[in-house]
Amino acid sequence: MTLRVLRIVLWVLVAAAAVGAGLLWSEVLPGLNTRQSGQAPDIGGEFSLVGHDGKPRTWSDFRGKPAVVFFGFTNCPDICPTTLGELSVRLDELGPEGDRLNVAMISVDPERDTPDVLAAYMSSFDPRIVALTGSVEEVEQVVTSFKAYRRKVPLDGGGYTMDHGAAVYLFRPDGSFAGTLDRHDKPEDQTAKIRRLLDA
Amino acid sequence: MCDIEEIQMRKMLMVAVASALLASGLPVVAHEFKVSALRIDHPWSRATPGGTKVGAGYVEITNTGTEPERLTGGSTAAADKFELHTSETVDGIAKMRPATEGIEIPPGSTVALAPGGTHAMLVGLKKPLKEGEKFVVTLIFEKAGKVEVQFKVEGLAYRPEPRETDHTGHGSTP
Repeated sequence: MTLRVLRIVLWVLVAAAAVGAGLLWSEVLPGLNTRQSGQAPDIGGEFSLVGHDGKPRTWSDFRGKPAVVFFGFTNCPDICPTTLGELSVRLDELGPEGDRLNVAMISVDPERDTPDVLAAYMSSFDPRIVALTGSVEEVEQVVTSFKAYRRKVPLDGGGYTMDHGAAVYLFRPDGSFAGTLDRHDKPEDQTAKIRRLLDA
Repeated sequence: MCDIEEIQMRKMLMVAVASALLASGLPVVAHEFKVSALRIDHPWSRATPGGTKVGAGYVEITNTGTEPERLTGGSTAAADKFELHTSETVDGIAKMRPATEGIEIPPGSTVALAPGGTHAMLVGLKKPLKEGEKFVVTLIFEKAGKVEVQFKVEGLAYRPEPRETDHTGHGSTP
């Protein structure tokens, strides 16, 4: 009985922590989420990268369809596969409607993420998602123009991990920034956000 | 739905914990449910995408005792290394660092290793983790010693169910 009470108390604490984390997350890209109308903030910019299929991709290629873009890398065990897995489910739910979207993961770790590595990785996700890579300089430039973030962090015993911007960006067909997907959103809310982007 | 499995898991854990305690020569408390001050719930891992050699492990650990406990590491035949990592997103930047001091579980607390937060990283996977598979991990605690736990591999888009209802036994699923 006391265990049961303890459990309830603990789960309340967990819920409180989740709310706290949600509040932190909502401060991602502060101010940008609230700018729904008027002049769009200057996020995104021309790039020339290569897709996991080996074909060149530019930001201009993304015009004409709304876009969902995030930054990740294949040696990321936690957030990146989770995000890609969830985006695959969102696309699955959208069905053929999802064809009207561009969805891309831009690698923040181009040194390890060659097109071949990305091709193997992306085979586990919805085929409509493209992974992009390039030279370190090219990726660095994209990170800057998307106001994202990447930093190589050496690990003890060799190797390294990457700190990276975790936001999932939404863009209108003209390339203007339309907000972000919140990782803590319920799946149905994420789908609703994407649908609104498609219907706009 | 997964209740039976959970009960079986707990039974297995109790046996594992009991064996660990016996093996380690630590005193075993008489009461069956206090054979250990730890409760380990829902150990799971996410299926790994093609080609990658890294995976993640998630688990909830409750310290029902009165002494602080610490998860210091672990090992598994499924990977070269089982590392504990903190992961946090601060100002939109995702940062992952080795938890060099281990993970403290204060008395009366539950610590959840969960997506987007503190987690275990499987480095050098021997083979890709496929949904539905299971693998054994030996968790190492400062006081309880080694505890064998079976991790279940879930799908790439798996989200743990909110557990408020299935733990209290109250309320209904919305």
